[in-house]
Amino acid sequence: MKLTLHVWRQKDAQTQGKMVDYTLDNVSEDMSFLEMMDVLNQQIIEGGDEPIAFDHDCREGICGMCSMVINGQPHGPQQGTTTCQLHMRSFKDGDSIYIEPFRAKGFPVVRDLMVDRSAFDRIIQSGGFVSVGTGAAPDGNAIPIRKEEADEAFNAATCIGCGACVASCKNASAMLFVSAKIAQLDRLPQGKVESKERVRSMVAQMDEEGFGNCTNTGACSAECPKGISLENIARMNRLYLQSSVSPT
Amino acid sequence: MAKLSSLSRKYIMAFSGLFLILFLTQHMTINLLSVVDSLRLNVFGAEESNLFNQAAYFMGNNPVVQFALQPVLIAGFMIHMVMAFVLQAKNAAARPDGYQYGNKARAYNWASMNMLITGGVVIGFLGLHFYDFWIPEITAKYVTGKAHIGDGPATEAILADVNRFYPELVHRMKYPWRVAIYCGSFVLLGLHLNHGFQSSFQTTGVSQGKYVEGIKKASTAFAVIVPLMFIVVALVHFFIS
Repeated sequence: MKLTLHVWRQKDAQTQGKMVDYTLDNVSEDMSFLEMMDVLNQQIIEGGDEPIAFDHDCREGICGMCSMVINGQPHGPQQGTTTCQLHMRSFKDGDSIYIEPFRAKGFPVVRDLMVDRSAFDRIIQSGGFVSVGTGAAPDGNAIPIRKEEADEAFNAATCIGCGACVASCKNASAMLFVSAKIAQLDRLPQGKVESKERVRSMVAQMDEEGFGNCTNTGACSAECPKGISLENIARMNRLYLQSSVSPT
Repeated sequence: MAKLSSLSRKYIMAFSGLFLILFLTQHMTINLLSVVDSLRLNVFGAEESNLFNQAAYFMGNNPVVQFALQPVLIAGFMIHMVMAFVLQAKNAAARPDGYQYGNKARAYNWASMNMLITGGVVIGFLGLHFYDFWIPEITAKYVTGKAHIGDGPATEAILADVNRFYPELVHRMKYPWRVAIYCGSFVLLGLHLNHGFQSSFQTTGVSQGKYVEGIKKASTAFAVIVPLMFIVVALVHFFIS
């Protein structure tokens, strides 16, 4: 395949960036998107320029490090897939592909396609954990949990914190991520104890980071590589309302 | 005043929206009485039918409606509108730099992405609606002490007439341009309601598990039925009354 790539290049957080065009030939449809980026970088390095900086780690769709907005969609056109698991067979010869960083006030661009997602870390630090002693694994197994609750908690826990929800939301809202963490812990007896304090703290930190408000378009869930459900947002909304009426 | 959280702003939108949905249902019910009157008078040959007049007179003269519910309604509408612009401003600030290619994320429907546009059309429509009915009514009752029907002279006798509301409604609906604006606005109101109805249940946390699909269906049904009934009212008076 021969592709025309329009890639966002930005030297650092303080410098204004711009789209730069590249032509890449002999792209195999069996390559992953990130492998294609590696080949492009090799071509750029051989041409004497600085390679494109982009986030990646496991390349197995688990770590949530890869980002990129590809032709206007976080993680590209294939639903339920991270960028690293997206393959070039999703494109065809002669395609033009626009590759941009996630855009949000809460995710400032560090360089090229890399954004600073430490806002998510600070949200987790504000309450996305269980601070009471829960014992060892056998103690956890001693508490019966309904199968449906366990399944839903697990579904929420599959959020890899990549930030595609923020990137896709027209309001750059982080509510799908925050609600997944809140709902996951709220569905389990060990986490439920601190649910009210947790939801207040995490929502306050989310607001502090400058993310937008949810307008229930559903884009976050549709673009989420793990298919995190919007019902988590409804659960967070209900918890916050309960917590506002009855704080303890 | 303590700073509102993002979720608190959403609750205000949701609860004020649900309140306006209740008002809309009540408004539609009373308006449909005028359709019953029109059909009885013009199709079934009744000599008199004053269901709409009686309901409109009650709403216009009951002190609880006028001095308690009406200010609450105006406040609810203003809160809903102002908060929409506040949220829009905050949301725009959350993404100062947009995508070069545009945001092509999959979204559920056009209405969910364009609530400010559909809401803006509804606000514009309300301007005309107020000009047609509310402002003349308030002026007659609290300023001049005289009301008129259609292009006729304003008199105190008309203001005291319990049966003045139906002919005034029919007069307003005889102009094609007005009926066209009303009907077009109701279509956009339907789009606004289709997202707003289910969204308010999502925001308040009711939309969970087995209720989700039911709420979506109820939302679509409400968004179709209510604007359609308002369109029926306008068309019946244009073509039949």
